[in-house]
Amino acid sequence: MTTPVIADEELVATDDEMMMIVAARELRNGVVCFVGIGMPSTAANLARHMHAPDAVLIYESGTIGAKPTKPPLSIGDGELADTADAVVSVPEIFTYWLQAGRIDVGFLGAAQLDKYGNINSTVVGDYDHPKVRLPGAGGAPEIAGSAGEIFLMLRQNNRAFVEKVDFLTSVGNAEGGDSRQRMGMRGKGPSVVITDIGVLRADPVSGEFVLTSLHEGKTVDEAKAATGWDLRIAENVETTAPATAEELRVLRALKAGSA
Amino acid sequence: MANITTLSDAIATHVRDGQTLALEGFTHLIPNAAAHEIIRQRRKNLTLVRMTPDVTYDQLIGAGCADKLIFSWGGNPGVGSLHRFRDAVEREYPHQLEIEEHSHAGMATRYVAGASGLPFGMLRGYVGTDLLKYTSTISTVTCPFTGEELAAVPALTPDVGIIHAQQADRHGNVGLWGIQGVQKEAVMASKASIVTVEEIVDELDPRVTVTIPSWVISSVAVVPRGAHPSYAHGYYERDNDFYIGWDSISKDRDAFNAWIERHIHQTSDYAEHLRLVDAEEGVLA
Repeated sequence: MTTPVIADEELVATDDEMMMIVAARELRNGVVCFVGIGMPSTAANLARHMHAPDAVLIYESGTIGAKPTKPPLSIGDGELADTADAVVSVPEIFTYWLQAGRIDVGFLGAAQLDKYGNINSTVVGDYDHPKVRLPGAGGAPEIAGSAGEIFLMLRQNNRAFVEKVDFLTSVGNAEGGDSRQRMGMRGKGPSVVITDIGVLRADPVSGEFVLTSLHEGKTVDEAKAATGWDLRIAENVETTAPATAEELRVLRALKAGSA
Repeated sequence: MANITTLSDAIATHVRDGQTLALEGFTHLIPNAAAHEIIRQRRKNLTLVRMTPDVTYDQLIGAGCADKLIFSWGGNPGVGSLHRFRDAVEREYPHQLEIEEHSHAGMATRYVAGASGLPFGMLRGYVGTDLLKYTSTISTVTCPFTGEELAAVPALTPDVGIIHAQQADRHGNVGLWGIQGVQKEAVMASKASIVTVEEIVDELDPRVTVTIPSWVISSVAVVPRGAHPSYAHGYYERDNDFYIGWDSISKDRDAFNAWIERHIHQTSDYAEHLRLVDAEEGVLA
């Protein structure tokens, strides 16, 4: 690959770019990942172009092993079908592939999230008289239930990171502890939340999300202020490795449709 | 055997006020021309079924055709909110819209049950979610062999299932390729079905991956670009500017109503609407 000349001042990642780069790093090579549209899809494709060329991206439109060269406009772009190993029906993607346990990681966004990684993507406010009607569940409840584990990514602010979600669309670590397992869920639930401020990881025992890493220039106070619950902070909070020139170059090329 | 006819005739023949309709197409091959014709013929009190109500159902809901919506994800894909849908749910404009809300997996299971002639379908799903509290069509069933408890959802059996496909042959056998969604299931689950196609051909293209035999389809109508602004694989791309432009039109009640009047009620068919879109270089008018 030829590296275009990028001036030094342009090599600083924006908050959103940092979030996508850090999310991409979470995906190991060869992972089978069920990808939500938007930032999770961009992050997964960045991983595929960096360290994880053998990652298998599955979209709920029924495309298995899609290799888009630019971020898809929707979950069912023609390019996803053209570049996929297989294109199957929507009933098949949710049964033979997801429900049967063939997915390692479900990669999701959310409108609201609580400290156990439970997700709301349905309404803000009361269900019958919502303040904001959101799109709804889509594929998320069953992805959250049946994928091996869940990675979440969303911008951190106290409208999104709430003490209690207004509507429980997709179950994360439920009420903590072993409550999720007792519900009979097959997958182990959300393990990491990547935000524009840092990285939160689920406590292996309590299931509560704990701030374990801060991106360069971000502070614990900032993270706490952007969280609607009393955010737990790891004893040794790491500083996220900064975005490399290569990561930024590939991400920007992907977004421009030329990767 | 499917009757090969005009879209206007197909809708007039099969679609009645108060029916349950399913228009399917998962981001690809969305039967937008058929939705326009339903609005043009001023059908009302409909129960509309669709996994992903997007711009096409925003138009039907905003135009007042729907009393109820059965769905799993309602948004303008890649753009944001569906403003007519939100206005109906949040402020009961143009009137109250009852909603029956599922997940994608649940909706897909319901279509498969309907297509299979079963009363219900089952899945591992919905466990622990608030959908259980608000959606009465989610229950449980116990596996008689293992004792495992599973979610149960009733079959969907719409009065009319409507899809768009790339091609039909002269006998009305329908062929499509690319992302196939739940189109086949929607046709097979419905009591009657209408398929709009890009063209009628002597022999279906070898790229066809899903063939639906003529004798399970009620009517076939040729509507070139009938899936616009979504795409038809091998024929045309998604008109992304339309989806973006729809955001501002649908945000405003008056702008929306004027758009429906100009683009649907004052046009005789989809081709005339498309000429307006092309002439105006997009959705804005």
